Amino acid sequence: MSLSESTKARTPTLGAATLERFSKEVAKFPAEQKQSAVMACLTIVQQEQGWVSTEAEAEVAAYLGMAPIAVHEVTTFYNMYNQQPVGKYKLNVCTNLPCQLRNGQTALEHLCSKLGVEDGGTTADGLFTVAKCECLGACADAPVMLLNDRQMLSFMQPDKLDELVAMIRADEGKAA
Amino acid sequence: MALDLSRFQASGLETCFHDRHIGAQIYAGLSGKNWRLADYQARGGYQALRKVLGIDGGEPMTPEQVIAEVKGSGLRGRGGAGFPTGLKWSFMPRAFPGQKYLVCNSDEGEPGTCKDRDILQFNPHIVIEGMAIAAYAMGISVGYNYIHGEIFGTYERFEAALEEARAAGLLGNKILGSNFSFQLHAFHGFGAYICGEETSLLESLEGKKGQPRFKPPFPASFGLYGKPTTINNTETFAAVPWIIRNGGQAYLDCGKPNNGGTKIFSMVGDVERPGNYEIPMGTPFSKLLELAGGVKGGKKLKAVIPGGSSAPVLPAHTMMDCTMDYDSIAKAGSMLGSGAVIVMDDTRCMVNSLLRLSYFYMHESCGQCTPCREGTGWLWRVVNRIEHGEGRADDLTLLDNVAENIMGRTICALGDAAAMPVRGMLKHFRDEFAYHVEHKTCMVGGGAHKHAHAHATATA
Repeated sequence: MSLSESTKARTPTLGAATLERFSKEVAKFPAEQKQSAVMACLTIVQQEQGWVSTEAEAEVAAYLGMAPIAVHEVTTFYNMYNQQPVGKYKLNVCTNLPCQLRNGQTALEHLCSKLGVEDGGTTADGLFTVAKCECLGACADAPVMLLNDRQMLSFMQPDKLDELVAMIRADEGKAA
Repeated sequence: MALDLSRFQASGLETCFHDRHIGAQIYAGLSGKNWRLADYQARGGYQALRKVLGIDGGEPMTPEQVIAEVKGSGLRGRGGAGFPTGLKWSFMPRAFPGQKYLVCNSDEGEPGTCKDRDILQFNPHIVIEGMAIAAYAMGISVGYNYIHGEIFGTYERFEAALEEARAAGLLGNKILGSNFSFQLHAFHGFGAYICGEETSLLESLEGKKGQPRFKPPFPASFGLYGKPTTINNTETFAAVPWIIRNGGQAYLDCGKPNNGGTKIFSMVGDVERPGNYEIPMGTPFSKLLELAGGVKGGKKLKAVIPGGSSAPVLPAHTMMDCTMDYDSIAKAGSMLGSGAVIVMDDTRCMVNSLLRLSYFYMHESCGQCTPCREGTGWLWRVVNRIEHGEGRADDLTLLDNVAENIMGRTICALGDAAAMPVRGMLKHFRDEFAYHVEHKTCMVGGGAHKHAHAHATATA
């Protein structure tokens, strides 16, 4: 299959509801500055699809009138965009100094060992991805972590981490 | 997701709604449930905007009068640089015929800092009101609030507050029936420390990689979309309504000369009660430490990083003599920065602490300038080998040298921010680093601590 054929063969992954969300972001900016909405659009894509694929980048680029590579630059520059699929629950644990002083590193290690993954790894069942991250801006609540980019969870000592994992597993119908 | 995560979410009780503020202005009267427009108005909210616009009878203030009031208040930028706010506002070209922009920097990512999150989460309208007044003073009709992507719930909260303000005629066209129009929108980042740097933030707002721009030209002449732009920190805008209501002189009197008003400090690390504390500028550090319950577990204070992770560390005895204001901390050889106070007790290893900070700056360097891109990695590698007992005799000199060759040689301040912690640590705790190099082990904490070192850095 030639390159052009493969491009044609792609079907759009973004539905009308997604494009409606995009349009609300675009409306914040001057008409000739639609590109300003790129971060918000990519964030919406990630929320709906779990990650930002090359195909999705191309669709965002087309929507905003940008070069696909300019969208890709944004995806790769900002830490929170997932450039490949991740577990259904992405857990980012802050280990920066203020958190480290309050057991942030311990929290990360506890979670990794409990789930049997390395830092940055995903569990075999695809349920969890665990990765350390930089300052979340909630240092007085240390140790802190972020669940799926949007939920800040505070004071996550090992017992709370156990509770969280058990709750998610129960919700997914799996044994704790 | 049907999960009920409420039990894992911070209530704000620990950080914001305690009774250990002194003379609070921004955090006054907050409960976590009273963030809405009606609550804010019940606290006197939007009276300052009404006063400026002359809504309740009385003459409207002129933009010059607003700026003069802010200049007289001694308000200095709360994001880190401490630049006089009124002076910055006066730089905006008044007669500029085209579009100008106002930007709020809520990209709060300086390690240790969590004050703006609580302002936006629990008192969002104070920022909206402050921005509207600033926009009026500088003749600006469009603004953006750039919010740290990691606090997404707070971004959504701010969006909800914007909707309330628009519906009440406090934002939009012809605000409260006046001739002043101001459109304000929320924007979120998505994980890039560098975007707290103002020109990087502007690039990001334009939908690009957040790589800083050369200055000059400064944003006041070439900012967002190349138009004149003023950028202030969240807490700076939040201070403005009080100043307009009570007068610049009254604000100045709350603090000390050249350091007006109250300031929110994020007390983090080894303290009994980590949290945000809003206190008058010039309050002794010893008082602030007491408010935060003292050093955790009754241990001895070893060192303090007084202004976010980029600020040089100060030893306990120096810090205990400081008052919490720009001038006192600068005189002691550090900086007040964002107001994040990272407290370390006497069991902490400075090599290990610096290692984590050096990793952070290496990770967050945007890669644009060679001294920072290469230098931050070099610093981390050297600190890493010292930490792991592989330090070389001339490593401390090497660290001095690399740090010095980053300082002042980059487009933005991230290079300096990476170098300053290294220089501060080596200035005040050189013996500890030398001991690590010579004895291949740590002088604090004993064997268990050594193990912790290896563990903590293996994943770094």
